[in-house]
Amino acid sequence: MDRTLIDLLLLQGGFNTTLVTVGAALLGAGAGVIGAFTLLRRQALISDAISHATLPGVALGFLASLALFGDGRIAWMLMLGALATGGLGILATQWIRDHTRLREDAAIGTVLSVFFGLGIVLLSHIQTLKSGGQAGLEAFLLGSTAAMTTSEAWLIAGGSAVVVLATLAMLKEFAAVCFDADHARALGWPVAKIDLAMTFLLLAVLSVGLKTVGLILIIALVIIPPVTARFWTERLGKMVALSGVFGAVACYFGAALSASAPALPTGSLVVLTAAAMFSVSLLLAPARGLVAHGIRLTRFRRRLMLRQALLRLDQGEPMVPRAMRRLIRLGVLDPEGAPTAFGRAMARDASHDHLLWTRYLARHPDEAFAVTGWGTRPITEVLSPDQVDALEAIDQ
Amino acid sequence: MRVDNPILAERMREQATAPIGAADAPLFIANLTVAYADKPALWAIDYTAPVGGLIGIVGPNGAGKSTLLKAVLGLVPTVAGEVRVFGRPIGQARERIAYVPQRSSVDWDFPTTALDVVAMGLYGRIGWFKRVRRRHLNFALERLDQVGMAEFADRQIGQLSGGQQQRVFLARALAQDADLMLLDEPLAGVDAATEATILNVLRDLKAQGRTALVVHHDLQTVTDYFDHVALLNGRMIAAGPTGEAFTEATLLDAYGGRLATSEIRAAGAGD
Repeated sequence: MDRTLIDLLLLQGGFNTTLVTVGAALLGAGAGVIGAFTLLRRQALISDAISHATLPGVALGFLASLALFGDGRIAWMLMLGALATGGLGILATQWIRDHTRLREDAAIGTVLSVFFGLGIVLLSHIQTLKSGGQAGLEAFLLGSTAAMTTSEAWLIAGGSAVVVLATLAMLKEFAAVCFDADHARALGWPVAKIDLAMTFLLLAVLSVGLKTVGLILIIALVIIPPVTARFWTERLGKMVALSGVFGAVACYFGAALSASAPALPTGSLVVLTAAAMFSVSLLLAPARGLVAHGIRLTRFRRRLMLRQALLRLDQGEPMVPRAMRRLIRLGVLDPEGAPTAFGRAMARDASHDHLLWTRYLARHPDEAFAVTGWGTRPITEVLSPDQVDALEAIDQ
Repeated sequence: MRVDNPILAERMREQATAPIGAADAPLFIANLTVAYADKPALWAIDYTAPVGGLIGIVGPNGAGKSTLLKAVLGLVPTVAGEVRVFGRPIGQARERIAYVPQRSSVDWDFPTTALDVVAMGLYGRIGWFKRVRRRHLNFALERLDQVGMAEFADRQIGQLSGGQQQRVFLARALAQDADLMLLDEPLAGVDAATEATILNVLRDLKAQGRTALVVHHDLQTVTDYFDHVALLNGRMIAAGPTGEAFTEATLLDAYGGRLATSEIRAAGAGD
C-alpha cells in the first residue's frame, strides 16, 4: 500500500487510519488540557508514577480477559486494568508521602519502580503462555498505532473527549485550587475532592493513551504541551487552550508519521514533535522566549549605558571609551571628545530627568519598582503629565 | 465526624444551628486548642470579637497568630474547642467571612492577572461549573479601584511589587463582601502608600459595621491602628480595647525578656 505522509496528514489514509489519527489528536488535547493543571499544581512528576503503575494493570487485564473471553486483547479490559493499578499507584504515593518521613519525590521513585518491576514480571509470564495475541502488549511500553483496531480508536477518542469536557467544566474550580488552595478552602470548597478529580482525570488520560504513546513516554504528553503553552501567554484560559492544541498537534503528527513509517514507535514520534514545538517556543515566544529576553536585555543595557554616560557628561566625570564612541556617533560629543551644544542640552535633560526619577523613587518606591523603564526612559514617556508636574513642583 | 447514635446526632445538629448567647458575635472562640504533630500551638483560647471591631492580633514570633486565623477557618485541624462565626459553625458561615493569607503562600509565576485574582473572591458566589461573566469582572475591577490598583488590572501578578500584590489580595477579600475579615500580616513589608491604603480600607469596613482581625507585627503602630487588641503567645494573654489589653504589664507577659522596657514604652502601651 502506497501511503504518503501528506495523504495521512490530510486524513486520506482510509477510515481506520483517519480514526486512529483523530483519536490520537483528541488524546493529545485531553493530556494537554489536564496536564496544564497538573503542572500548575506542581504534580507533574506524579504522572510518571501513575503511568508506570499502569503496567501490572495492563498485564492483569490481559490475563483476566484471556480467562473470561478467551482473548487477551480486549481493549476496555486492558484499560480498566491500567486504571485500577494506576489508581493504586496514586494511593500508594500519597500514603507514603502522608504517613512516612519520605518526601514526595522519594515516594514517586519507589512506587514507580516497584509497580513497573511487577508489570515486567507479569508480562514475562504472559510471553510464556501459548494463547497467542500477546505480541501487541509491547506497544504499551513505547506506543504504537500500527495494529490499532477500530474499537480501540473509538475508546481513545471517546475517553479523551470526556477528559477535555470535564476539565473545561471545572476550569474555575481547578484554577482556584492550583493558585491558592488555602483560599479555596477558606471559601469552603472541598479542595481534597477537587484535587481528586484532577488526579482522576490525569489517570484517565494516561490509561487511555497508554497504547498509543506508551507508558515510558506518556509523561511527556502531560508536561511538554503546558510548558510550551506557558511561553505564549500570561492567562490561564489561553494557556489551557494552547496546551490542548499543542498536545493535539503533537499526537496528530506522531500518529500520522508512525502510520507512514510503522517501524518507528508512535510514542517517540509524538514526544519529538512536542519537543520541536517546545524548542521553537523557548527561543521565539514574544515575551518569555530566549531571543526576546536577549533583545530586551541588550536594549536595556544600551539605554542604561547611554543614560549613565549622559549623566557623567553633565557632571563632567570621565567615561569608558565604549560609551564615548557611542556618544560621538550620536553627535553628543564631537570627534575630539568635547561635548557639542546638542550634547550639552541632552546631558542637561538627562540630568533633570534623573532628578525627577529619584524624587519618584523616594516618594513612591512601590510604583517606582513596578514601572518599566525607571531611570532609563524619559520620565514623560512613562508617567502621566500630572504625575510629572507633581514631581517638578517639589522643591529641594 | 460520624455519629451513629441518632439522638446524639440530632442534638449535635441542634447545637450546630442554634446561637448560644455570646456566640452570636462575629467571632466566638471557646477553649480552642491546636497542635502541630505533638507540639501545642494554641492553648485553650477563649475569645469573643466585638461587632465592628478593628482588632490587632499581636504576639511574638511563633505565638500562633497565623494558626489562630487558620484554625478559625478550619484550615488546620483542632484538638479541642469551638469556633462560631455569627453564631454558626464555620461551615455554615463561609459566605460571611473573608481571608487574606500571607503573601508567601502563593505561586507568583501563576498565569493570572490582578483582575483574575480579585474575581476569584467571587467564585464562591458564582457557583460550581458556572463561568465568570463580564459583570463579575466589572465588580472585581471596582474592588481593584478601591485599593488604587485599577490601572494594574491586566498585569500578571508576579510583575507587581510586594505592596501591590498585598492590595490585590485585599481586593479579592473585598470582592467577597464579607462581614468578618481575617488578614494575616497584610502590613508586613509593604510601602507607606500601601499601608495607608490598606488602613483606609479597613477603617471603611469598620465604619460599615464590619469586623476585621489583623495579624500585626509592628508594636509601634498598634495603638494608632487598632481599637481592640488580642495579645497572644500560645495562650490568650489579654484581649479587649487597646487601652486595656495592650499595656506594659500584658506586653511583658507576652514577650517576657524578648522586649526591652524602652521598646514597650516606645510602643505607647497604656499604664
